[in-house]
Amino acid sequence: MTQALGIDVGAATTKMVAVDGEGRLLWHWLEETEPRIEEQVARFLAAAREALGPLDGVPLIATGYGRRLIHQATRRVTEITCHALGIYRELGHGGTLVDIGGQDSKAIRIGPDGSVVDFVMNDKCAAGTGRFLENTARRLGVGLEEMGQVALAATDEVTISSTCTVFAESEVVSLIAHGVGVPAILRGLHRALVQRVVAMVRTVGLEPPLMLSGGVVRNPAVCRMLEEETGHPVLLPRHPQLMGAYGAALLALAETGRRGDGENTG
Amino acid sequence: MGLPAAWRYHWNVDLLGRAALRVNRWLAQRRGDAGWNSQVLAPPLRVSAWNKELIARHYLAGRYANGYRKVAWVTSGAPVELLKALDFYVLYPENHAALCGAGRVVVEIASEAEDAGFSRDLCSYARTDIGTVLSGKTPVGRLPRPDLLMACTNICQTVLYWYRVLAHHFRIPLILIDTPFIYTEATDHAIAYVRRQLEEAVEVAEEVAGKPLRMERLREVGRLSQRASELWMEIMERCRHRPSPISVFDQFIQMAPVVEMRGEPETVDFYAAMLREVDERIARGIGVVKEEKRRLLWDNLPIWYRLRYLAEFLGQHGAAIVASTYTNAWGELARMIDPDRPFESMARTYMHPILNRGTGEKLALMRRMVEEYKLDGVILHSDRSCKPYSIGQIDQRDRLIREVGVPALLLEADHNDPRAFSEEQVATRLSAFLEVLGLA
Repeated sequence: MTQALGIDVGAATTKMVAVDGEGRLLWHWLEETEPRIEEQVARFLAAAREALGPLDGVPLIATGYGRRLIHQATRRVTEITCHALGIYRELGHGGTLVDIGGQDSKAIRIGPDGSVVDFVMNDKCAAGTGRFLENTARRLGVGLEEMGQVALAATDEVTISSTCTVFAESEVVSLIAHGVGVPAILRGLHRALVQRVVAMVRTVGLEPPLMLSGGVVRNPAVCRMLEEETGHPVLLPRHPQLMGAYGAALLALAETGRRGDGENTG
Repeated sequence: MGLPAAWRYHWNVDLLGRAALRVNRWLAQRRGDAGWNSQVLAPPLRVSAWNKELIARHYLAGRYANGYRKVAWVTSGAPVELLKALDFYVLYPENHAALCGAGRVVVEIASEAEDAGFSRDLCSYARTDIGTVLSGKTPVGRLPRPDLLMACTNICQTVLYWYRVLAHHFRIPLILIDTPFIYTEATDHAIAYVRRQLEEAVEVAEEVAGKPLRMERLREVGRLSQRASELWMEIMERCRHRPSPISVFDQFIQMAPVVEMRGEPETVDFYAAMLREVDERIARGIGVVKEEKRRLLWDNLPIWYRLRYLAEFLGQHGAAIVASTYTNAWGELARMIDPDRPFESMARTYMHPILNRGTGEKLALMRRMVEEYKLDGVILHSDRSCKPYSIGQIDQRDRLIREVGVPALLLEADHNDPRAFSEEQVATRLSAFLEVLGLA
């Protein structure tokens, strides 16, 4: 039976998760984030009620960039704390979590007890995020799903020097004009993204094991290159995109236990 | 000195202005806390009204100074005692720029400099000042035209080029005091080098002032300077008390006199009164944050256009910033001033600002502050404009976390340019940091 809900309103996608009294993931829902978040969340809750039954009294914690817009939430908590909680419960240990979302990436060092020891988030630039690959994939005419495979199969690799997503696109166009093959460019693009992420990891200090979450996990080249660049194997959760929402739900559940009852989700 | 100018100055500043500003202060003090609308922060100190009076009178005097008093524009780390002893009206473009920042007019003013070709990568204080010079725009009415410039490189190298621009624009002399960087300790020959520059500066300043420097007057200014700095240090040290009677945000506001009116008797009186009021708060158990749960350190310049926002944001969660390396800089050197050996001690003192010393020194200061003020975390403002202050912060943050065991956050912004401040990103980082501190 549903005991708690978590919602993660990210810049690219919105995720909702329901957990039972043991903190097990019962149900989840994922859509691209729409401009009218309030309406979208109302729809999410309707879908949850349809799948899970009435949700009266079930607490909901909101996280992600749009967390303040969720008036149904009992509380709002940052994605740093929620991701750490979600992955800690899922994998059962601390370490260093890298989360690469659609428009945001972060590195979180998690202590042996699941608490956040340190974190860094990317600033003012999309070149360390999923959007970087998405934009350039479109420019190259390669599907998002296959670009990782193409990059891994490439025999050559070129260096992409632009540190900006928009200028990287121009650089890609120029490389094509010089006759460089698409696989080599793709491999270079993945390398540029991963190196930016690794710089963040170094800032918090890599405490193994290295864990990865976020939508970019579906791209096998990112995982492989992250292993190459850090020299550490990368551990993945079962639902890489849900860790923020899952952590939020776990937090809501923990607070229910503390309070003895939940507030109304409506 | 023109008679009409002197008459105008006395009439507008000494008579009308002084009286009007005194009445204003009296009214503000009578109003007291009425109208204070924060649920989480204690109201401003009563001496704030005096501070406002001092600053208003300072800029009013500047407005009527030309033609009556000689005017010098100086950097925040300049050995101002020399100029005060020669009765210059001294203007601090950095303080004026900060005032523009707090008044949220920087974008309009700095754009004037940017339109003239000054890069947005240049310090926002410099852009604000040059923007004011080029356009005349200022929230204080009018800035006096300088007769003399004094730049000291103990805070950054930008001032060197900034003041050359001013010297070129106004076609006036520029005194440059070059202070060699101190990696570990100041060497005797470096102190002698700075001392010689100060002695040479006197000749130029005397010529512009049209009068000779009297050593007794210099010693007197030195004593007043030292006393104000000592009181300022004592006030900051009162924040070791739990709950802290004032926050760093109060210090940012109340530091203006010790920077720009150092060496004047009323500045000493002002800080003596402030210390009394702070002690009164301690005696009555008043904390600046109503429910102080965590105590933090701030590194680097303030974010002038968001002081209240940050104070409220942190205060709502029970976090008080009670110490900063920045405000500390105007107190920590007080002990080096020796009024009886003015040149020798000025040379030594003005070589020692935190920005003129190795980054390890700043780390050592932060470690000491964490211990002495019993701090739970550190916020390092990575200031886009102030490179000398921001360099080394990544390593300092790392070592504070690993060696001192306090959580530390790097917050990217700019001290004066709101275009480099992203509220959503700042809010998320601060919230996450507060969660790490257990203040969800």
